[in-house]
Amino acid sequence: MIDPLDAVAAVGRGTLGAVRATGAVALFGAAGLSHLLRPPFYGRMFLLALVEFSYFSLPVVALTAVFSGAVIALQSFTGFSRFGAESAIAGIVVLSVVRELGPVLAGLMVAGRVGAAMAAELGTMRVTDQIDALGTLSTNPMKYLVAPRLLAGVIAVPLLVVVADILGVAGGFLVSTAKLGFNPSGYLTSTFNILTTADVVAGLAQAATFGFLIALMGCYHGYNSKGGAQGVGSATTSAVVAASILILAFDYVLTELFFAR
Amino acid sequence: MSDPSTNDPKIRIRGLTKAFGTKTVLDGIDLDVAAGTSMVVIGGSGSGKSVLLKCILGLIEPDAGSIEIDGRDVLRLPRQEREQVNARIGMLFQAGALFDSLTVWENVAFGLLAQHKAARAEARQRAGAILAQVGLDPSVGDLSPAELSGGMQKRVGLARAIAAQPDILFFDEPTTGLDPIMGAVIDGLIVDCVKRLGSTAIAITHDMASATRIGDRAAMLFRGKLVWQGPAADLLHSGNEMVDQFTHGRRDGPIQMELRR
Repeated sequence: MIDPLDAVAAVGRGTLGAVRATGAVALFGAAGLSHLLRPPFYGRMFLLALVEFSYFSLPVVALTAVFSGAVIALQSFTGFSRFGAESAIAGIVVLSVVRELGPVLAGLMVAGRVGAAMAAELGTMRVTDQIDALGTLSTNPMKYLVAPRLLAGVIAVPLLVVVADILGVAGGFLVSTAKLGFNPSGYLTSTFNILTTADVVAGLAQAATFGFLIALMGCYHGYNSKGGAQGVGSATTSAVVAASILILAFDYVLTELFFAR
Repeated sequence: MSDPSTNDPKIRIRGLTKAFGTKTVLDGIDLDVAAGTSMVVIGGSGSGKSVLLKCILGLIEPDAGSIEIDGRDVLRLPRQEREQVNARIGMLFQAGALFDSLTVWENVAFGLLAQHKAARAEARQRAGAILAQVGLDPSVGDLSPAELSGGMQKRVGLARAIAAQPDILFFDEPTTGLDPIMGAVIDGLIVDCVKRLGSTAIAITHDMASATRIGDRAAMLFRGKLVWQGPAADLLHSGNEMVDQFTHGRRDGPIQMELRR
């Protein structure tokens, strides 16, 4: 017997669950941030997280950036040449890379790489009692594990995005000059004429937000995982999926904030 | 000293109650542990033994009741004072819960390093001395926990628990997963450490040989209630039907295994 109200109940349950999860994440993030303001600080943990976040993500982010810059140059050439607007390509490449693709693609790649690793590491520590053990050794696990990772995310992803911006423009430059026959110095001149400081700053602010979201999702899902190997697996999946969706959602919100007039 | 009616027990638990959903795990526990004595809590799997320890450590918040340590109700202490109380409790976890990202000596010296109480070189030396106390060669300090056998991991876990010279020690099934000889060795080390530090200890176990070796007094937990308390030496001839069935491992008796919850 199917009760027609079941459907309504399901909507209610889903809504309550979403509200509860949002609140839990917000409290978790606030607690993590508050530990950044109160000593003791674990500089070693921060540096380890920073290296993991930035240095080891460089190859993946660099490759992504070069190819996306190159693809934009190629795609916009095939489209724009029909209208004789090829001269706009340098501007299209630099603005799309610096404003959008650099932060978003770097964010998504780092979410897959670092967010997943974080969730798996913290999740394993949770199910093997290592997080409880920290508490018995006069160490607050939020302060020791979560706070350094949040800070590392906020700092590392903008650094990666600077690299991604440069390499993305370089990718576009390579294709434009080597394949599409642009004049190198002319291409660079129009690139720098169009780019403003505000574009770069907005892109880096996005990157910092994405870095925070990646670390927050990785830590939250790992920290709260339960139920052994399977729980760690689903925590890892949740961390990557949630971080990716949040990156795209916040990308829209921040674009609206920075660029919509 | 092992008389429970001593005026000022080190740990005094009254009416401790905890339910997860509809399942009551602890149901009005009253337990006193006199200073400098060892209490062994026995009981079947799922009888609430681990939850009891986690409540005292503050890892799980009980629904009702009080836990006094040195006469102060730790459940109602402000967080900072609570952390100070916890700093005097050491715990040996069932599966060791060693930090697998750190070396053995970093595990042992974790409390010292995390609180910046010692420089790394000094902490390392002290870790070597503590490892020697649990019968390990200081050269083991350079290995990672994953390279150790189960018995050695237990020793390292014990070394880490006693490193800060706590005045309360908890042991969660210290001999589970060890062969009988290694179990006896670990029990011997536990008794030595507790005696040397003059600590008050609570051990939970379902290993009768271990219980009689490390306990001064014993209590049996069944379905969230303490059904018997007495000297650990009386465990095998307590006169209590439930304790008799449990200690002698009989299938028939007042305790019927729950096959579903």
